Amino acid sequence: MSNEENNKEMKELVKQAIAPVKDTELRRDLWPQMLRKLNEQLPPVPWFDWALAAILSALLLVFPNVIPALLYHL
Amino acid sequence: MGLLERFAAGDLEAFEALFRQHQKEVYAWIVRIVRDSGIAEDLTVETFWHIYRSRERFNPQGNFQGWARRIATNAAFDHLRRARRETELPDGFACAPSENPAIRGEIREQIRQAFQQLPAKYRLVATLALIEEQPYRSIAEAAGISPALVKIRVFRAVRMLRKKLNSLGVEVGAK
Repeated sequence: MSNEENNKEMKELVKQAIAPVKDTELRRDLWPQMLRKLNEQLPPVPWFDWALAAILSALLLVFPNVIPALLYHL
Repeated sequence: MGLLERFAAGDLEAFEALFRQHQKEVYAWIVRIVRDSGIAEDLTVETFWHIYRSRERFNPQGNFQGWARRIATNAAFDHLRRARRETELPDGFACAPSENPAIRGEIREQIRQAFQQLPAKYRLVATLALIEEQPYRSIAEAAGISPALVKIRVFRAVRMLRKKLNSLGVEVGAK
């Protein structure tokens, strides 16, 4: 028996041993799972942003009279 | 601005629309490779996560479906590589009704195990070509290789299976 015939026989055996997937229908919408993953993977706020916010808050507590000026410029 | 352009620009609503349009097709492709619905669902989400992260590299004039299938194939391939020898073929997807009475349960099981042990790159193309009977051209496009290389990998996969089965005492043609 030639190699080609052997391989053909092997292919037939594989086909008979392992069936094609019959049910390829997606049963549910995966968007909620996708959305969870997107939310989980959002990058965390860097520590220096928190530090900057803390410094700014402290300055506003110490010098409350700059608040109107700051709001005006925003 | 078109949907693909909005997606490439980072519009989440455009991404959601593309997700809903293509999730079934991506899932159906992946489940043919990994043969487990739960894993295929996870890999579908993984595929779209990769798509979303790579949106800036996507050309809005290009073929989204083909791009998505390529990424899905890579995700499935990575899974096969990780899962080799760790998992069994799920029972639900296991056996075809035997057309040949000579294929007894034991031999069938040996074929399945030998198939399971194929290196991932051979198992991927062999699954799609031999079991799912997908055209070589589709497999080549999805795997990012030439149709000739698909043919070579299928040939080598079959040869490996034959050798493995022969070593287990299952006679499939000449050694």
